[in-house]
Amino acid sequence: MASSEVARQLQNDNCRPLSLSGHVGFDSLPDQLVNKSINQGFCFNILCIGETGIGKSTLIDTLFNTSFDDRVSTHFQPNVRLRAQTYELQESNVRLKLTIVNTVGFGDQINKEDSYQPIVDYIDAQFEAYLQEELKIKRSLYNYHDTRIHVCLYFISPTGHSLKTLDLLTMKNLDSKVNIIPVIAKADTISKTELQKFKIKLMSELVSNGVQIYQFPTDDETISKINATMNGHLPFAVVGSMEEMKVGNKMVKARQYPWGIVQVENENHCDFVKLREMLICTNMEDLREQTHARHYELYRRCKLEEMGFRDTGPENKPVRVPLLKGYTDSKKSISHSHASVESLQETYEAKRHEFFGELQRKEEEMRQMFVQRVKEKEAILKEAERELQAKFEHLKRLHQEERMKLEEKRKLLEDDMIAFNKRKAATELLQAQAFASTPSVSLKKDKDRKNFM
Amino acid sequence: MAKQPPAQFTNPETPGYVGFANLPNQVHRKSVKKGFEFTLMVVGESGLGKSTLINSLFLTDLYPERIIPGAAEKIERTVQIEASTVEIEERGVKLRLTVVDTPGYGDAINCRDCFKTIISYIDEQFERYLHDESGLNRRHIVDNRVHCCFYFISPFGHGLKPLDIEFMKAIHNKVNIVPVIAKADTLTLKERERLKKRILDEIEQHGIKIYHLPDAESDEDEDFKEQTRLLKVSIPFCVVGSNQLIEAKGKKVRGRLYPWGVVEVENPEHNDFLKLRTMLITHMQDLQEVTQDLHYENFRSERLKRGGRKIEDEEVNKDQILQEKEAELRRMQEMIARMQAQMQMQMQGGEGDSSAVHGHHV
Repeated sequence: MASSEVARQLQNDNCRPLSLSGHVGFDSLPDQLVNKSINQGFCFNILCIGETGIGKSTLIDTLFNTSFDDRVSTHFQPNVRLRAQTYELQESNVRLKLTIVNTVGFGDQINKEDSYQPIVDYIDAQFEAYLQEELKIKRSLYNYHDTRIHVCLYFISPTGHSLKTLDLLTMKNLDSKVNIIPVIAKADTISKTELQKFKIKLMSELVSNGVQIYQFPTDDETISKINATMNGHLPFAVVGSMEEMKVGNKMVKARQYPWGIVQVENENHCDFVKLREMLICTNMEDLREQTHARHYELYRRCKLEEMGFRDTGPENKPVRVPLLKGYTDSKKSISHSHASVESLQETYEAKRHEFFGELQRKEEEMRQMFVQRVKEKEAILKEAERELQAKFEHLKRLHQEERMKLEEKRKLLEDDMIAFNKRKAATELLQAQAFASTPSVSLKKDKDRKNFM
Repeated sequence: MAKQPPAQFTNPETPGYVGFANLPNQVHRKSVKKGFEFTLMVVGESGLGKSTLINSLFLTDLYPERIIPGAAEKIERTVQIEASTVEIEERGVKLRLTVVDTPGYGDAINCRDCFKTIISYIDEQFERYLHDESGLNRRHIVDNRVHCCFYFISPFGHGLKPLDIEFMKAIHNKVNIVPVIAKADTLTLKERERLKKRILDEIEQHGIKIYHLPDAESDEDEDFKEQTRLLKVSIPFCVVGSNQLIEAKGKKVRGRLYPWGVVEVENPEHNDFLKLRTMLITHMQDLQEVTQDLHYENFRSERLKRGGRKIEDEEVNKDQILQEKEAELRRMQEMIARMQAQMQMQMQGGEGDSSAVHGHHV
């Protein structure tokens, strides 16, 4: 493109500064940008990680001075889930679309090995969604609802000793994907001296284990000093409460104990005000930028490299023009990114073909395997059938043999009976004859009588 | 604790004097000479305030050189049993107190095997006592059985966690469980009531048997009865431990200093520490008795019944074998039924010709 060539030439030529003789008016550019962004509305996503009951919801409520969600979680979740809720807030004329993601059931299970994986998966899923949108042919990044997590508030249990093992593992797995701000929850249980020692111990543990937490930026002169001081107060010890109590002559958010009242917004009592300052008032935009420029880019590069893309240029910055800072940088490498976009296309097509081919191959394989399995099963069933049939035949035969034997025996028995009957008849006849031949008086008498009658 | 014998019977001149009213005195004297023994086990995740509470209870420092490991070391850590015995004396009465600590409980990422070590320790003590009791020389039996277990519940959650429930269910038949909520200065009064009620509900729901204080005898005085009633109502105890002396309202008290006030350990309005200490001291004897009469006897009868074989393997084997046999039986029955049905069908269908010959033979 012509304009970019001109721009490059100008820079290479050591462009000379000119002084204006009058007011031109381009100092209103930041205002135009601001107006545009106000019209568009802002979007911010917070992820809260901490044990059940540690005070995540209460702190968010206190931070944004709104009661978001009333539900109290139970300790008996079988695994860790994430619950995201989006709210629209407005303060003066600025609209904020706030998404709060809470971890449900974190730290409750007896076996916590799989506790951090759902969180990592969630963060990656948001990056993936954005990447998909970016890679689309027809895309609408302008009004895309950005769900990438901009900051992760990690709630540390106020034991006073050190980090818990789960905390260390989780933070190590998340520090390259999201900006982590650790906070000490329920800090009204730690006295001042213990708090100092605890903070030092926590920071040294994080450093010695290589966990990179979010450092407030110190490159902008207007806020560098306060940011540097705040960096020394990390992790913030916070107390949250939505209940108001009368202290002095005004109503303040506080927690009442028999021995005193803990005021949430009293800097002497806890670091809540510091957290609110740093998180919302001063560095919200920087958090969004870091998420986009550092964490998202890292994810994108890893993902694309995994898929097999390589770039031709040294930097593969997205063509999309981000706000303010990256503008000049991207202009430098527009030509490069064009070239790489082309190779991106080619590589993309090639990959697509490859994947398609593999898909077909796999389908064939599965179909063949299926057919084979069906054949095998059929063979087995046939075999079984044959066996059963054979057995049945065998049994039938046995049965018939038995029957035949029984028949024979019966015949024999009948023959025997007939023979016996014959013999019986014969003997009876003989007996009768014997009786007839011997002169038996009674018989004769009977005979005579009969003859007589 | 022995009541004074009525004055009239100490005088041998009194008519009807026998003298056994002096027995309580004798028991008292002998017990003082013998000394008392008590073993207390504390179980709970790191950082819940166990060591501070033990130190506050016995007004001493049981853990002088403590090294608290960092998170990286705790990842693969197993539970250890550390028993430390101290002899403390008060007004001539000697108490040999053994505190059994369980560092590493709940620390590892996978806490499945957390309580196996603890249970085997408790069983070991029972085993040793049984062995000594059945021996020939029973003069010097050392009683190391665990008389009471303080189970620490985290005040930062909403109630009991799955690990708590599993552990308590595994040991409630072996030892007296007293649930304790330490670091109670993180709860307002309302939150405390809610948490106590929630925990009691969950304990009942899961059928966990915690130690119940015995009702006061009817002949005890009213104060004692009232005290016992108050104690019973406050379980689980919400306590704050500390051994630091803080200046408050003109006098030195043990407590914790905050920018917004001072939490006094021994103030009954601030926490239940005094109640816990009272309960432990006044019922120490009862805890020992319940351990002896209930838990130890249970263990002993189980042990003698199975006579030395490992009970878990046996049961598992029996169940397995039974199940296998039943499955086999069912399979065979099904096969036979099928074959019979087939044969019936074939016989009725096929053999028309042999029906005549079939005859009436069975």
